[in-house]
Amino acid sequence: MGLITPGLGLIFWSALGFLIVLFLLSKYAWKPILAALDEREKSIESALKSAEQARNEMANLKAENEKIVHEAKIERDEMLHRASETAKQIIEEARVKAQADAGKILENAKAAIETEKRAALEEMKVQVGMLSLEVAEKLLKKKFATDAAQQALVDELLKDVKMN
Amino acid sequence: MLRKFLSISLLLSVILLNVSFPVLAAGDGESKTGFILPHVMDNYEWHFATIGHTHVTLPLPVIVYSPDQGLEVFMSSQFHDHETHEISENVVVNGYYIDKTYKLKAADSSRVFYDFSITKNVAMMFIIMAVILFLMLSAAKHYRKSPGTAPKGIASFIEPIVVFVRDEIALPNIGHKKCLKFTPYLLTLFFFIWIGNLLGLFPEAANFTGNISLTFTLAIFTFIITNLNGNKDYWKHVFATPGVPAPLLLIIVPVEIIGLFTKPFALMVRLFVAITAGHIVILSFIALIFVFESYAVGVASTIMVVFINFIELLVATIQAYVFTLFSAMYIGLAVAEHEHHH
Repeated sequence: MGLITPGLGLIFWSALGFLIVLFLLSKYAWKPILAALDEREKSIESALKSAEQARNEMANLKAENEKIVHEAKIERDEMLHRASETAKQIIEEARVKAQADAGKILENAKAAIETEKRAALEEMKVQVGMLSLEVAEKLLKKKFATDAAQQALVDELLKDVKMN
Repeated sequence: MLRKFLSISLLLSVILLNVSFPVLAAGDGESKTGFILPHVMDNYEWHFATIGHTHVTLPLPVIVYSPDQGLEVFMSSQFHDHETHEISENVVVNGYYIDKTYKLKAADSSRVFYDFSITKNVAMMFIIMAVILFLMLSAAKHYRKSPGTAPKGIASFIEPIVVFVRDEIALPNIGHKKCLKFTPYLLTLFFFIWIGNLLGLFPEAANFTGNISLTFTLAIFTFIITNLNGNKDYWKHVFATPGVPAPLLLIIVPVEIIGLFTKPFALMVRLFVAITAGHIVILSFIALIFVFESYAVGVASTIMVVFINFIELLVATIQAYVFTLFSAMYIGLAVAEHEHHH
């Protein structure tokens, strides 16, 4: 058996041995191992994919939440703003109305006072007139108590008439 | 630490060599290094050691088929000389004798016979087969019993290698579509060569993967698989290389045809040379001890042998990888869907 010349017997046995190993391993080792590896790789891949998906969903949810919170904040601010504005408006309106009312009341009061004053003045005038009349009557009664006085007056009156 | 030890022993060996121990050995230089070649070559019996004059050998069956005498099976120990208890070419059994180059010959040289003996290398192959089958089948058991779980035990050792062969050798060279078909072959090839190389490194193990018959057989397998699966493009490339003017084809086609055979030839020679050379280097360092018969050389040689053994571990893996890689490349070339590059 030379060192560099292949021998028939050894070729036969090594071919047989290799084929037996190839057959047995292909059937009972490589097939299950490769199938299991493939399956595991697939399951890892799908797990990674679903994890990625979950992460994306989480991110989406978070973004959505943030958006909602943001919108809520804006809405709240708006509401507060509007409320304060409304309050201001109401106060303003009330003030204006109160002022107007107060003015009206004052005017009415003034008018009433004026009317009363006038009535009182009329009354006073009447009273003064009556008092004057009474005073005049009394004076006249006293002045013209005598017939001479009455004659004198008549004379005087007659004198005026003549002059005219 | 190791370097210090190495340098001291080297220094010692130089000094002690000059002092020169008295040479006590009997016999000439030939007998001191004579064990190297028989080790790397095949034999009809498995010789482990010689203690005094007792040979520790495992006799193996000799199986011979000849048209005239039919199938004959007998033990190689029948060829032993009665005095030396070694195989001698003077002992003739059933008309056969084993010559000095460990070759079975017929006493009548005109006879035709076929030698199918379970030689040392065949016995070694059975051990390698048993180890591979045990390893792989017990690894496969894990995947059958508990699929989908992380590998444990032998499976965790095998799995990365399987994944490596599949993803780094088969897939890039053969391509996605067809690699599944050839992965079992490449895996078997890789483990057969690798385990063979590793077991061959054991002391007194046979040099199975460094045997030209084995590398020849494996190369032939790759050759057959490559050419059986060669597609139209592959054969067109060989017999009518596209883009080459007709007169040049006269030169190119023979070159391409020779190329078909040089590929497996390179596979065969590469593995044979790498493994056999490694064995010879290790054995030569050991032989140095017997040649010089000096303790210092013994220490230095042993250190070198350990060192070379580590390299051989690397070579064992690299050669298995290279053989598988090139097989995958050749198959890949044969099944490639072209993309013409010119």
